[in-house]
Amino acid sequence: MAGITSFGAYIPMYRMSREILAQVWGGKGKGEKAVACADEDSLTMGVEAARDCLKGVDKNTVDALYFATTTAPYKEKQSASIMAAACDLKDDIVTVDVTDSIRSATVALMMALDAVKAGSARQALVVTADTRLAGPDTRYEGLFGDGAAAFLIGNDDIVVEIEGNTCITSEFVDIWRLEFDKIIRVWEERHCREESYVPYMTRAISAVLEKLKLTVKDMSKAVIFSPDQSMQRDIVKQMKFDPKEQVQDLMFDEVGHTGCALVPMVLVRALQDAKAGDKIITANYGDGVDAIVFKATDKIGKMADRRGIKGYLASKVALPNYGKYLHFRDLMEWEHDLFMERRMALAEIWRHRNFYFRFHGIKCTKCGHIMVPPPNTCIYCQADEKYFEPAPLADARGKLTTYSLDVRSRAVDPPNVLAAVDFHGGGRFFSQMTDRDPDNLQVGMEMELTFRRIHDALGIHNYFWKCRPVRGE
Amino acid sequence: MRESIKDKVSIIGTGCTRFAERWDADVEDLIKEAVDEALEDAGVELKDIQAGWIGTGRGSQQVPMGPPSAIIATSSLQTQYIPFTRVENLCCAGQEAVRAAAFGIASKSYDLVLAIGVEKLKDTGYGGLGEMFPGPWQPVYGALGTPPGRYAMAATAYFSKYNLDPQEGKRLLAEISVKSHYYGMRNPKAHLQREITVEEAINAPMICWPLGLYDCCGVTDGASAAVLVPSDEAKAYRDDYVNIKAFSIACGPGWGKEDERYDFTYWRETWEGAKVAYEEAGIKDPRKELSLVELHDCFSIAELIACESMMLCDWGTFREEFTEKRAYYHDGEMPVDVSGGLKSFGHPIGASGAREIEECVKQIQGTVQYPERQIKDFELGLAHNQGGHPGRFVPGICIVGRP
Repeated sequence: MAGITSFGAYIPMYRMSREILAQVWGGKGKGEKAVACADEDSLTMGVEAARDCLKGVDKNTVDALYFATTTAPYKEKQSASIMAAACDLKDDIVTVDVTDSIRSATVALMMALDAVKAGSARQALVVTADTRLAGPDTRYEGLFGDGAAAFLIGNDDIVVEIEGNTCITSEFVDIWRLEFDKIIRVWEERHCREESYVPYMTRAISAVLEKLKLTVKDMSKAVIFSPDQSMQRDIVKQMKFDPKEQVQDLMFDEVGHTGCALVPMVLVRALQDAKAGDKIITANYGDGVDAIVFKATDKIGKMADRRGIKGYLASKVALPNYGKYLHFRDLMEWEHDLFMERRMALAEIWRHRNFYFRFHGIKCTKCGHIMVPPPNTCIYCQADEKYFEPAPLADARGKLTTYSLDVRSRAVDPPNVLAAVDFHGGGRFFSQMTDRDPDNLQVGMEMELTFRRIHDALGIHNYFWKCRPVRGE
Repeated sequence: MRESIKDKVSIIGTGCTRFAERWDADVEDLIKEAVDEALEDAGVELKDIQAGWIGTGRGSQQVPMGPPSAIIATSSLQTQYIPFTRVENLCCAGQEAVRAAAFGIASKSYDLVLAIGVEKLKDTGYGGLGEMFPGPWQPVYGALGTPPGRYAMAATAYFSKYNLDPQEGKRLLAEISVKSHYYGMRNPKAHLQREITVEEAINAPMICWPLGLYDCCGVTDGASAAVLVPSDEAKAYRDDYVNIKAFSIACGPGWGKEDERYDFTYWRETWEGAKVAYEEAGIKDPRKELSLVELHDCFSIAELIACESMMLCDWGTFREEFTEKRAYYHDGEMPVDVSGGLKSFGHPIGASGAREIEECVKQIQGTVQYPERQIKDFELGLAHNQGGHPGRFVPGICIVGRP
């Protein structure tokens, strides 16, 4: 029977205390929220979660990639295709962006399940990420956070079974964005709660339990979507979930509401503590509701090396002020940068796509050295490129050989850190460093790689790899 | 059969504009200003010039991607249908112009030629150096790899390799910059004519750790020029002409940043080039035989590492051999950059080559404007330029001396 064969998650390193918002807008701030770095978007965060999920997985078995988000970096140009390359998946696979609804992730999960059940994919990767924005000085501004999660669906070595699901669609309108909107538009919350959220959530949860001949008491945990901090209480009360024992915390005070990625991230959090036989119900909301019942198998222990929510939650740096937030999430009109605007060369990126997206270096079979970017003649023994073979390096780690801190850089988040990293298995990467504390860098420290949005130019998002001090372990 | 260039070509005149933010001049004005001075110094007329070479990294940046041809020189000077060629080799561009002109003389194709270097950096509308020409990997892989960012990596690596704590390292670099500013103050054509103290240098605003404001050269406009003739005809022009003793260009394979063997604490290209140039000039002990080294000190750390790479002291001994002995001052054991250097005189990319050569020529002729920086008993001077960045350099070396 098809089910979840692996999972992973990602939380960006920066956290903004809600006290910072209170300082700007007044009121009281409680907790903090995760904020994607200036070089991150839903696509790059999705890549992080996917890479966490794909640890130890034979990538040749992945025949489909579904990416669920409401904040794709391009209006026209698929994110899943870039994500597949960054995850170094093979190219004869189906890639899909599932968008426009904050329920897209669980819909994508069910689509992936169907594809695997139907035999059209051996394994299907479902990735979700969101960086939704609300208007400044609204209650949603503080609530919304950024993050990602990923699940692999397959037939063998199931770590979490999918017992059953139900799906109800609804034409109800409560939160929406128009084509050029950066921030959400909201109808009155009371209308949402009474006419849509509560009735549809209770109906879907009841339906799936009835279908599976289960009761609320059979559930170890319940992951119950909530549009805000308070509405979930109505569902818990009506469905008689035990708020202390059963209801999985939505992490609003640590991560924030991550839109499309909320239920998947909270599910990963629950699974990281789950024992074999534990049943977990999820109820996801948006344009209707779906409810799914999961059951951890005796292979759940295999997921112990995933960083997941627990790993990334602990690895954090405080965002110092609201100005940084405005920069990171591009919330103002900024000074035009004459220098950066042309720094793009699509033809060159395409020629070297295996380097830029997959981070393949080359290995010279004559002298054994590894090189990135790939030169056309060996830089060690001058052998011709016919002696070269690809050297995938995205998972490589290395030590910091030297670095500098460019305070005057055009980087959105100076100082820009230039770094040389020597990989343990060979190869040297001259790189930008991200997710770093400039005051705590030392030659020799352990580094890993991360896929980031380097800069935008000519309307193109330039994605490439950076190094960072190892996170989340 | 190969012959040495030594003592075949002589410099009979040099010229140099004031190096500064030259809002008053466009690229053609700068060319004319430097050439007029060089022609006057040589005592020749423009109509007698038989050929010319102009070195520029970017020329006028009005067209960011469009490097200009030599027509910027001919239209400025109004030469009439003589051969004129633009050469480019990043920061070596000016020295390449002198080198090409010298080869024109040595080949006996011409007997009176002009070499020019020029750069107009300040018209881009933003601070710092402008856009590099697109090359492999530039727009994304090399994104935000600024010159200070790249050179500062060498400083971090040097501190780490030789166990200098950050404050010791900063002080070592500050001493170099204090010297550069001391001489810039005593050079009326220099861009930065202001003395600084070690404390000011250490506490200056950070540009790129560990390099502060005073560790970095400014962004400067300027031009320089030289008039060259065959050495056996030089006497007809002036008695105190200066001979070219050696050239070397040691263009590196360019992948040092990606090469695990490279630790960023030395300039391999400059080391290779220095060996060739010393042999050509017949120099056995550069520290003893050279009267002055005008080297590529775009950053304080660049001066330190270039001194070691040109074998003016052993690896890792700059502090003992230069700073503690004050060897790099004009009355020291091994004077370095007593013009103020790129750091204080300024560095309009293509203009620095002939400008450094001019400093050596004026020192030999005993005509530097301030006696406080006149070197006594001057025999041989070395001009060094270095285009690119650590791991990816094209260095040029020109040695000049008395006939």
